[in-house]
Amino acid sequence: MYDIIIIGAGPAGMTAAIYASQARKKILLLEKSVYGGQIVSADKVKNYPGFEEISGYEYATKLYNQVKKFNPDIKFEEVLQIKNKKDFKEIITNKNSYKSKTVIIATGSKNRKLGLSNEDKLIGRGISYCSTCDGVFYKEKVVAITGGGNNAIDDALYLSDIASKVYVIYRQKDFKIDSINLDKLKQRDNVYFVLDSNIVDIKGQDKLESITIKNNETNKESTLEIDGLFIAIGHIPVSSMCKNLVKTDGKGYIIANEDCTTNIDGIFAAGDVRIKPIRQLTTACSDGTIAALNACKYINKITIEINQ
Amino acid sequence: MINIENNFKNEVLNNKGLTVVDFWAPWCGPCKMFGPIFENASKINNDIKFCKLNVDDDKEDISRKLGVMSIPTTILFKDGQELKRNIGFMDEDSLIEFLGDN
Repeated sequence: MYDIIIIGAGPAGMTAAIYASQARKKILLLEKSVYGGQIVSADKVKNYPGFEEISGYEYATKLYNQVKKFNPDIKFEEVLQIKNKKDFKEIITNKNSYKSKTVIIATGSKNRKLGLSNEDKLIGRGISYCSTCDGVFYKEKVVAITGGGNNAIDDALYLSDIASKVYVIYRQKDFKIDSINLDKLKQRDNVYFVLDSNIVDIKGQDKLESITIKNNETNKESTLEIDGLFIAIGHIPVSSMCKNLVKTDGKGYIIANEDCTTNIDGIFAAGDVRIKPIRQLTTACSDGTIAALNACKYINKITIEINQ
Repeated sequence: MINIENNFKNEVLNNKGLTVVDFWAPWCGPCKMFGPIFENASKINNDIKFCKLNVDDDKEDISRKLGVMSIPTTILFKDGQELKRNIGFMDEDSLIEFLGDN
């Protein structure tokens, strides 16, 4: 029986691991793929206090090494389900099952997909969710980016320095953001805006060949032959493992207060997976701290109750 | 482990048997995380030739010719022919599975 099982080794989960270890709790950190979470893809982090500039990879690795010094159990397994038993929580992974007094869900979020056929098949073969990761492969090529948020605009600007032509496809007629980069983007002569339009089809066998775009007003469809499609339409929370147990909002974000407590006693949510207005590296670490300390408090409370 | 930026043809295309190539770059975080896993696998798979190709130094434009558009990408070749590829990070178990039974 563990005291705390932490699901997800991103900044929130790893910070929780540090604090829980310092409180001498027996912990298991579970990660389905690679430590670090989304920050690993960040080229440069310039707003994390104490570091003037650090790459996302370097930051994640430093944090991981820091966690390992406390010697917690770390396993690379995917959590499929959390069960709430009378005196403990049961965690079912793709390889094992574990018991714990408390659980901290720090699973973060993942890229939202368009949900079109061929999308998964062509990831890394023309379709990308990370301009700064994959942009270099599109030198002098024709690309499109879809999305209308700050990320999409920043990425479009980045791509316009590399690609010969950039289509910016957005479902609304106007952008709803104030952005210096949007003004800059409008000045670029290799950038073409395709507004009030949705991508309705993706074509390609071994690599992306074309996309079909439908104008919302006229319903007219047109085909664009492109080498790359960058999808920047936001993120969705990773919370399916606690479906039907922990309360989430309509989008799947776990409903938890600033103290990271959920509707289930002993289950906490930390980081991007939690419902909240601001999602930053610093807020993820903050959540990890709070969730770990509140989990410790909860364990001490139930231990006293059991002993009475 | 062989770096093949300048000799892809000899090391991979003309090689009899299995060759696996890790396409990477120094600025790519997931690539750096995959590096040690790939290195470890090279020590326990003596029947496979392990190679790395830094896409920043890819003067022969191999990555473009092979349609590599995201890194890390790992491609397994048999007698110079592509058998399969994986796009993105792999943990130890996934890499073992990727390399197994060919």
